[in-house]
Amino acid sequence: MSKDVVADLKRDYITRLLAKGMRSDGRQFDEMRPLKVETNYVGSAQGSALVQLGDTKVLVGVKLILGEPFPDTPNTGVLTTNAELIPMASETFESGPPDQESIEVARVIDRGIREGHAVDLEKLCLEPGKRVWIMFVDVHVLDYDGNLFDAANIGANAAFKTAMVPNKAAGLGEDVPLPVKHQPISITTVKIGGKLLVDPTHDEERVADARLTVATIETGNVCAMQKGLAGAFTLDEVFKVVETSSRIGADIRSRL
Amino acid sequence: MGGAPTDLKLIDERGLRLDGRRPDEMRPLKIEAGVLNKADGSAFVEWGLNKVMAAVYGPRECHPRHLQNTERALVQCHYNMASFSVEDRKRPGPDRRSHEISKIISEALTHVVFTEYFPRTSIDVYIEVLQANAGTRCAGLTAASVALADAGVPMRDLVASCAAGKVANTIVLDLGKEEDNFGQADIPVGYVPRTDEVVLLQMDGDLTREEFDKGLHMAIGACKKVYEVQRDALKRRYTARAEGQEEGA
Repeated sequence: MSKDVVADLKRDYITRLLAKGMRSDGRQFDEMRPLKVETNYVGSAQGSALVQLGDTKVLVGVKLILGEPFPDTPNTGVLTTNAELIPMASETFESGPPDQESIEVARVIDRGIREGHAVDLEKLCLEPGKRVWIMFVDVHVLDYDGNLFDAANIGANAAFKTAMVPNKAAGLGEDVPLPVKHQPISITTVKIGGKLLVDPTHDEERVADARLTVATIETGNVCAMQKGLAGAFTLDEVFKVVETSSRIGADIRSRL
Repeated sequence: MGGAPTDLKLIDERGLRLDGRRPDEMRPLKIEAGVLNKADGSAFVEWGLNKVMAAVYGPRECHPRHLQNTERALVQCHYNMASFSVEDRKRPGPDRRSHEISKIISEALTHVVFTEYFPRTSIDVYIEVLQANAGTRCAGLTAASVALADAGVPMRDLVASCAAGKVANTIVLDLGKEEDNFGQADIPVGYVPRTDEVVLLQMDGDLTREEFDKGLHMAIGACKKVYEVQRDALKRRYTARAEGQEEGA
């Protein structure tokens, strides 16, 4: 990602508003932007979802192909998550091999759905050690206004819910729904000048001191976390973020 | 262009194609301009089962810098297919095919952009194929033209694009996926209606001179229809914008 010169100018504006308890788009500190999810958007994928979170727009596609399991997990299918921060989405994204930022995004999304057992990977095993379904979760960012983590996580969950295992094309009988187990929803919070804000916009991300993404499942249990940026959280702040993430996550889960 | 499997009839007894189209009938085309927030200009094209998005950034600083031209702007197109846009998952990232398509689309667009107005800059055009069903380069070029206009880039005209081809010994317009896979020829065309010029032309397969003549004319006829849809998308975009401004005032 190339250097952004506007950040310093915006920092003043954003922090001054925060001191008055306001965000630049008028949201509460613990309020997500409007969320719109359209599933089965891409017919060529086994599952897909177009997610709009405020002005952030991502398309998540799920494809399943037959392959070999990893030697150390012969009884489970393979989950592979990939994020493309394509230059279409922002003037700061560049084409070429994935940079650190796309790798972090892909890995955080992967961790949420893997550790939260969004899909029962054992049911994607056809012949132990020999043949399993390899599930590709590809995140295509179309319009970038911050918080890719949550937009992509929500998209992946929504896509799983409507995805079908393509048995027919592989000569294995009828297509069946993807074996979905849990819905781990991740919520990202940033810290700016001591204030905690959920679902940051791009401007907020640019001036943030620290970032924390927390994925929770139906029980309220935490299944994955990622702290980012150079700043720090106090213990109290971490607990508060986890509580908020679990509460907002439950709300989003009920809307999928 | 492979041979058709024996059980696949690309044109039936009534002279209709697999999806029920007549030979000279285009798939339904929808265009929307200004669909993205970050980009300077954008357009979304739904053409049959194709879904293609185009975004324009610039004129802006030219990267890589050694490509900079002191006399004019560089139109750099980047055509990319999403890994989930096709039946078998495509490995992400550019391959030789997308490099070639990017190049010919850049060249087609360069012809209509007033590049001399913006020396040393780059006008970056990103084409993302979200769902592919044959004809994505035509859909991409069509979308890119609208996105350039939406970005306010000065142009001589829009480039409209459509393909013709040959299936089951018949010249047809706008090949679908099976027709592309099992047909006999494909001619993608990019056309500038105002100046009556062809700015993109490819062909593969086997055609007689007469067939090529017929195919090219058919494609250009379709480009003129595509052009109307492009103009209509831009008009709708700017009508909406003008109304929005009145409300704001």
